[in-house]
Amino acid sequence: MLELKNLYMTVYDENGPAKEIIRGINLVFEKGKVYAITGPNGGGKTSIAKLVMGIFSPTSGEIYLNGEEITQLNISERAHRGISYAFQQPPRFKGLTIEDLIKIARPGIDQLALRGTMRDVGLCPEDYLFRDVGPGLSGGEVKRVEIAQVLAREAEVSIFDEPEAGVDLWTIQKLIGILYSKFKNNPNAITIIITHNENILGICDEIIVVGNGMVQAQGTREEVWPLIKDDVECKMKEQCGELLTYEI
Amino acid sequence: MKFDNLSMELLNTITDLTQIPDGAVNIRVDGESIVRNSSAQVTITSREDGRGFSLVVKPGTQETIHVPVLITQAGIQETVYNTFNIGENSDITIIAGCGIHNPSHSDSKHDGVHEFVVGTGARLRYVEKHMGQGSGQGKRIMNPTTRITLHSGASAELEMTQIKGVDDTHRSTIAYIEDKATLKIVERLMTEGDQVAESDVKLNIVGKGGSGQIISRSVARDTSVQVFRASLLGQVECNGHVECDSIIMDKARISSIPELVAEDSEAVLTHEAAIGKIAGEQLIKLMSLGLMEQEAVDIIIDGFLR
Repeated sequence: MLELKNLYMTVYDENGPAKEIIRGINLVFEKGKVYAITGPNGGGKTSIAKLVMGIFSPTSGEIYLNGEEITQLNISERAHRGISYAFQQPPRFKGLTIEDLIKIARPGIDQLALRGTMRDVGLCPEDYLFRDVGPGLSGGEVKRVEIAQVLAREAEVSIFDEPEAGVDLWTIQKLIGILYSKFKNNPNAITIIITHNENILGICDEIIVVGNGMVQAQGTREEVWPLIKDDVECKMKEQCGELLTYEI
Repeated sequence: MKFDNLSMELLNTITDLTQIPDGAVNIRVDGESIVRNSSAQVTITSREDGRGFSLVVKPGTQETIHVPVLITQAGIQETVYNTFNIGENSDITIIAGCGIHNPSHSDSKHDGVHEFVVGTGARLRYVEKHMGQGSGQGKRIMNPTTRITLHSGASAELEMTQIKGVDDTHRSTIAYIEDKATLKIVERLMTEGDQVAESDVKLNIVGKGGSGQIISRSVARDTSVQVFRASLLGQVECNGHVECDSIIMDKARISSIPELVAEDSEAVLTHEAAIGKIAGEQLIKLMSLGLMEQEAVDIIIDGFLR
């Protein structure tokens, strides 16, 4: 179980406190469930993910993983405790190959599993295994490499930050299938997906709406969907014969 | 000839060799050529002035040649001139490199001048690794000079790496590229402590349809200093590209000075130069995969210089 207790975070600039961007977040994430965090841009979704990974430190409040307080642990220590985070905008690495990165994510991974992970995100290992994660890859390709690393880790807590951003439609459908088969009802995994995509929201057990640094709504898909439908749902859906909806 | 452990280790580090290889080979240790074998197609003979060797490859030869230099005694200072004549339509790999072990307080210095003539249609791959070791205060100094002429349709790739332990180096590389010939130079450099490394590369594309490429990747740590001047001259219709990419750390200093000179309206010359520190996002990413910060730094640098 992952627990965020009364988290606050203020960002500073040279003139002192600038803005309180997380304002009293209390959340409990349980194993076996897939959670969506959604809400307006700049509302604090990515900040919550970064607080969990240890990239940001809260001004006050605590984070617990399976009862152990991890608020003071650094990023590497949290990674070893089983937290994994797919960046919204992953960095590039000149000279490191896709194979290198996946092997760092999952030391000792065998060749078959490595190739399987790459195929899961739509990267043919024959073409991509030894490609540099540098400027030669497109944004969408870098994003898929990022997701592959988190899939390879099979961590207890997997956080995906807008996995659909920059990825083509065909890959999104495949990605949803992968997220579904790997994480839905997986008793060992806590899965948190930051998303605006209604099809991804469709596979989540719970939806958390974050805005203005606070939880604005939380509940099952059925409970929350009516509240956000107007903001998230595709207005042109009918013209596509509702084909965009992912059928579970 | 038997090598002691130190020489063998040094040899292995710069050439990956674990024994004396077959084929043409010249191994110079502490100022003397202690192994020299010619092959049926490649002859190695001393130059008349006694200051190096002359290597001649017969036309149409395919072979790998080893010509490493080791300095294991303190205070050796030498200048060596070697010439390489690669016959027409040959396909040759030359493994060179210089390793200095200097545990003393007097300086060790190797200045090597390599002159290549690559014949019409021939291919050359030249791999040179420089490294220094030893805990004394004596400096390990290397000043390599490379001059290369590529005749019509020839191609060459020069890989020059200096990763560790060389205190002071001034590298000079001059190339003449004739028609339809292709040259690619890849330099990898890491400096640390108060090391100083300078490199001047000048490619002259003198023949129509020639192409030249300079790729430099470097990392400067501590208070080390690097100066990289890359100059491309296109006298005719040709293609040339310079790419210098550096990671700067600590209190180091890097100058990166590309120069393009076109003397023909059909010459296409480009350059890219970038200097920057390791991005915080890169470190955070690797730490989120479980690496400690220092491990992440090492992996980023190793990858960058690979």
